[in-house]
Amino acid sequence: MTSIRSRLLTILIASTGVVWLFAVGWIYLSTQAEVEHVLDARLTEAARMVNSLLAERRIELAALADDDELPVTEFQIKDPSYERQLSCQIWSLDGRLVGRSEHAPGDRLTKAGSGFSESVVDGETWRVYAIDNPTLGVRVMVGDSMRVRDRLVDDVVKGLAIPAALILPFMAAVIWVSVRRGMSPLDRMAESLSSRPATDLRPLPDDRLPDEIVPAIHALNGLFRRVENVREREKSFTAFAAHELKTPLAGLKTQAQVALASKDGELRENALRQIAAGVDRTSRLVRQLLDLAAVEATDRTLEMQAASPLEIVRQVASDLPSRGQRVRIEGDVDGAARFDPMLLTLAVRNLLENALTHSDAPVLVSARKAVGAAEIVIEDEGPGIPDDELPRATDRFFRGRAKSASGSGLGLAIAKEAVTRMGGTLTLTNREPRGLAATLSIPAVE
Amino acid sequence: MRILIVEDDPMLLDGLSAGLGLAGFTVDAVATCEDGFAALQAHSYGAVVLDLMLPDGSGLDVLAFLRQRKDATPVVLLTARDQVEDRIAGLDAGADDYVGKPFDLDELAARVRAAARRGAGHASGVLTWRGVTLDPARQTVAIEGKPVPLTRREFGILRTLMERPGATVSKALLEETLYGWQEEVESNTVEVHIHNLRAKLGKGFIKTVRGLGYRMAEENA
Repeated sequence: MTSIRSRLLTILIASTGVVWLFAVGWIYLSTQAEVEHVLDARLTEAARMVNSLLAERRIELAALADDDELPVTEFQIKDPSYERQLSCQIWSLDGRLVGRSEHAPGDRLTKAGSGFSESVVDGETWRVYAIDNPTLGVRVMVGDSMRVRDRLVDDVVKGLAIPAALILPFMAAVIWVSVRRGMSPLDRMAESLSSRPATDLRPLPDDRLPDEIVPAIHALNGLFRRVENVREREKSFTAFAAHELKTPLAGLKTQAQVALASKDGELRENALRQIAAGVDRTSRLVRQLLDLAAVEATDRTLEMQAASPLEIVRQVASDLPSRGQRVRIEGDVDGAARFDPMLLTLAVRNLLENALTHSDAPVLVSARKAVGAAEIVIEDEGPGIPDDELPRATDRFFRGRAKSASGSGLGLAIAKEAVTRMGGTLTLTNREPRGLAATLSIPAVE
Repeated sequence: MRILIVEDDPMLLDGLSAGLGLAGFTVDAVATCEDGFAALQAHSYGAVVLDLMLPDGSGLDVLAFLRQRKDATPVVLLTARDQVEDRIAGLDAGADDYVGKPFDLDELAARVRAAARRGAGHASGVLTWRGVTLDPARQTVAIEGKPVPLTRREFGILRTLMERPGATVSKALLEETLYGWQEEVESNTVEVHIHNLRAKLGKGFIKTVRGLGYRMAEENA
């Protein structure tokens, strides 16, 4: 059963019913025992009273004489509440009925001896107490109908069961309504969520809510915030990407229009050269945008493996247009680091491209072991980065004051994001007297 | 007309300089806000073409700098951010027009001309004075409908004078509108161009105001 409402309702009604039934059964049994005890005591009492009345001769038994013609004496037993139900017979020990109370049946109440017994007279069950009076030669029998006893017990049980039967449906209704009310914040929440457009990630209000629901609301709001952050990131990325692509496109178009309109050969040639360089630059920008998207793709699981990071550096260098002629590789940390080959390739390629673009001198790549990490240092002899721009240098699309025509402001951002995802760090420092050192620190094999 | 272009992308800046130069403008080109401030303080321009995203700040800062100095130089904004709210922000900041990247070079030239024209208080693009008509868009001049061939510099001087009918324009201002930074100003060159213009348009068309400069003559002297 998946509905909390029906489950609660069923549990509440079933348990209430069981408790009530149990109570009724218990009370039935204990009332029965109590009634038997009390009424048996009364029977004994009444029998003794009749016996003592006989002994004191306050009841004269005319028929006790050996004369069959004499009538059976009738007498009354005073008991205000059970007057009618209590019946008394007095039999001579030789088996003649010598006296009886009003309304007492004519047939002998019991054939058993003195003490308690049960018997059926005229189709009715009787509870009888008999006591012998040897002096007078009679047996006194007092009995009452079991029907009366049963009715007493029935009355008590009915007094419990009828209200229960009446109250249970009412209770069910109360439970139904209160469970419904308790659950209504969930309904309202579902309603407000289902009517929301996909763009609406405002937090749900958490006031005037049951304590049980508040954690769910908070968890949901937390999710909203995270989704919102991711979406903001994607939105700003798309906007930035569009902006960064539109500018070179505007440049290409303008240069093309200049080339078309110009009658001056030199001017036209310059425009066409600019277009060729612009296409190269734009395609690099597109590649870097795709690299950045790949680096940031959170749905890809990392394939961390222990291998030689310098092998990656060699591969990247030989794939460069210059075949890595200006790249010098030193040091050895074979198998000392754990990294994702794709991410490390992206980081190294962008750092190497930057170094080669900004410096005509050879670029030195060295590897060394550090505490808990392996470090790859890429050093160039270019202009470096002004100290005040260093903290922002790894921001996306950040291009400093001394920017080059070919830079996109993405290379360092890609390198940093890639190495961060592998649990490492990227540190940029200016070298003396000139140049930049980019240190990739990646986790060592444990 | 001398204009200033502030754009940080080297390829686009180069293309704009060449393209707007072909369209008859004298172009000064800078790549940063800082250089933009310096240029605007040093010269007065017929119009400014301004990129919004610059490495050392926003083009809107340059625009604010200009407007704070009560300088009404027409400004055409150039940006890749061409959302409606960006356009509104730009225009409210005091820009005269807004062109989204990538744009058509001829359209940009036309918008710069239109902004400059409105800045100078002319409703129509074509200037007329005593039977001489000057069309800045086509870069043509005609007397009573008959075309008169002029060089680029002659055209620039005549245009500057015809945009301010009745006003005296100094020789220095005429030189400013003719030459960008890279160009060497030759002495006497304005006098030479005025001489040639008088030969082509009629002797009494441009009057010399001794010691002050030149102006369009009201009638033939």
